[in-house]
Amino acid sequence: MKKIDFLNTPRIDQVGVDDRIARITARSIKKEAKMQGLMMTLSMIDLTTLEGADTEDKVKQLCYKAHHLHDTIEGLPTTAAVCVYPNFVKLAVNELKGTGVKVAAVATAFPSGQSSAEVKLLDTKLAVDSGAHEVDMVISRGKFHSGEYNFVFDEIAMIKEACGKEVRLKVILETGEIGSLDKVRQASDIAMYAGADFIKTSTGKISPAATLPVTLVMLEAIRDYYYATGIMIGMKPAGGISNAKLALQYLLMVKETLGGKWLSNQYFRFGASSLANDVLMQIVKQKSGIYQSQDYFSKV
Amino acid sequence: MKKQHNIDFSSDWNLGPAPESTANLKLKEKYDLYINGKFVAPKSGVYFDTINPANEEVLCQVARANAEDIDFAVKSARKAFNTSWSKLSGKERGKYMYRIARIIQERAREFAIVESLDGGKPIRESRDIDIPLAAAHFFYYAGWADKLEYAFPNRKPKALGVAGQIIPWNFPLLMASWKIAPALAAGNTVVIKSSKSTPLTLHLLAEVIHEAGLPAGVVNIISGNGETGSFIVEHPDVDKIAFTGSTEVGKIIMRSITGTHKKASMELGGKAANIIFEDAPLDQAVEGIINGIFFNQGHVCCAGSRLYVQESVFEKVLQKLKDRLQSLKIGDPLDKNTDIGAINSKDQLRDINKYIEIGLQEGAHIYQPDCKLPSKGFWCKPTLFTNVSQSNRITQEEIFGPVLAIQTFRTIEEVIEKANNSPYGLSAGVWTDKGSKIFNMTTKLKAGVVWANTFNKFDPASPFGGYKESGFGREGGVHGLGEYLKFD
Repeated sequence: MKKIDFLNTPRIDQVGVDDRIARITARSIKKEAKMQGLMMTLSMIDLTTLEGADTEDKVKQLCYKAHHLHDTIEGLPTTAAVCVYPNFVKLAVNELKGTGVKVAAVATAFPSGQSSAEVKLLDTKLAVDSGAHEVDMVISRGKFHSGEYNFVFDEIAMIKEACGKEVRLKVILETGEIGSLDKVRQASDIAMYAGADFIKTSTGKISPAATLPVTLVMLEAIRDYYYATGIMIGMKPAGGISNAKLALQYLLMVKETLGGKWLSNQYFRFGASSLANDVLMQIVKQKSGIYQSQDYFSKV
Repeated sequence: MKKQHNIDFSSDWNLGPAPESTANLKLKEKYDLYINGKFVAPKSGVYFDTINPANEEVLCQVARANAEDIDFAVKSARKAFNTSWSKLSGKERGKYMYRIARIIQERAREFAIVESLDGGKPIRESRDIDIPLAAAHFFYYAGWADKLEYAFPNRKPKALGVAGQIIPWNFPLLMASWKIAPALAAGNTVVIKSSKSTPLTLHLLAEVIHEAGLPAGVVNIISGNGETGSFIVEHPDVDKIAFTGSTEVGKIIMRSITGTHKKASMELGGKAANIIFEDAPLDQAVEGIINGIFFNQGHVCCAGSRLYVQESVFEKVLQKLKDRLQSLKIGDPLDKNTDIGAINSKDQLRDINKYIEIGLQEGAHIYQPDCKLPSKGFWCKPTLFTNVSQSNRITQEEIFGPVLAIQTFRTIEEVIEKANNSPYGLSAGVWTDKGSKIFNMTTKLKAGVVWANTFNKFDPASPFGGYKESGFGREGGVHGLGEYLKFD
């Protein structure tokens, strides 16, 4: 493979990115297109619980919700995956057997990534051996800020190797800690060239989490990688996307940046816990013409 | 050769039509002239049709003014200048202007719809750019009305008298605001003529001015054709001619007012160079190229119609540009999701097609996206030409349509020479991550406006105008105010 110099990744202009976002958010998504988009959103959600207080029961409840989003409406999809800590993977896999819902595990000393290679590998191995379909790793932001790009690259490559071909690796950049859009672009390139199957904005533990501008920059990085290699990398904005309207704007941005092929949960995910209910509320509104109380939608 | 991986924009998920509602829009069947504070029929009794270029249907009829009407308008303006407007304090003039700005804002939606219906531009642009900017110009110049002494300290600024103004068809309301607002702030009275193909929003503006209660004759709004315009230019009692339009007509006007006392400002054609360096933020640059040339279907005098891309990133930029073209939505101007609307008129479409034909004959390579155009109305696909050189006619001449001529360059010296190698000099764009390069370029490019890492950005406080055959005089900012004043 051609050697990539990550000091020379393309520059990003914040003003231009904001202009582009303004164009996208001014689009009008109505009627059938809206309904179709809402359904697509549900099918792209990684329903997530990543708390110190997580228990087996909490994870079980989450798993049930993942394939029973709102049983009073027929024809709803399941979410794409549930996302949990590695120690709950076995349970989740068991709960979701036969549903088609994938199990994703955060690993590599999530959320800070401050640990040794050994610990990170073990963490990953625990997830993979427990049957996780997907691993969400964090990059070492400290090393990234110190300019040790090769370290960051090698670490991602190492974790990808531990995942193997079958388990898909999502690489979390934690854009809220990275600073500028230039750096987001640089980290995206490092992750993709090191072997990421997905690039992901945030852990959800840091504010700001996913934003439209950050996601646009990452989608454009994915596009450049596709231009260069023909390989399709997935995108996962996570955290901060809690309403349906915003989710639809994300989807439109994917459509206008990467085209229709990326509009499936194979290549696009939302990392979110409360988004599903807002989308469900909108779907009910589209079908019945009236908004229902939040109390009609199950909170996990 | 390396295999190209292009983005496939076909999708099962499509937005569907989202037309702006015209249910509450009530256009009159006929629009009269607005002279001396009254809506009056033209002396000749002649009205002409104005059509919707997106479907060729007649929207309504508009009065054509003749020499008699113009004489009446200029006399009314002179009377208003002598008896009322010049007697008012700057603060009072400002109040009227604030009122105009506010009423435009109140009727913004109606203005946007009419602008798109009459001119073919996407509602996204008329709603988000034309109309808000028009109001902003009145707000901005209203603020100057009582501060002329401070704008030009120790120079004793005085109004000129009657300003004759002729505006183009590409941004009707906005261009009218660019001209009326500084004229009024400086204390002049106005006779302004709309363009033949897009007269409607000026007639709505007449209603606004009437509602704002301006003294009779301060603003007179005229519609008609080129001949009507010549009556204004040739009228002996006009003190200032402000013209925006083609260089060809600008030259005729200048010949006609030579040897008279008339002050003039001309904002004419352009063939802007948009320059992309290898260290530019490329994805944003591509967006800037798109906005530069396809904004208002390329009917923009400052459109970035000559693209210069540094050779090392040419292939990359071209691929991105082609893909971006595929994702643009072309069609119904009133659809909120439309990116590119209809060509303004049949004549303009003929001119554009003529240039596309010339480009092909010159051996340039053409690229147009696969998209379906509506069967009725005037439409042109966004068009890229590569394999182009400085000596191609499509590089040298203003096309005023969605047609981009792309060349490569190697060094800064080379691109400055190429960029300046044009009879025009209205605007230019520079895309690079390096600040020093931007400042180097802005001092060397012979263009009235140079945008850095953006394109087609406008603000009332920023002067706009050209070098060379793009005209002289500035509109916007304090400079624009000075065009309507004389000094002791």
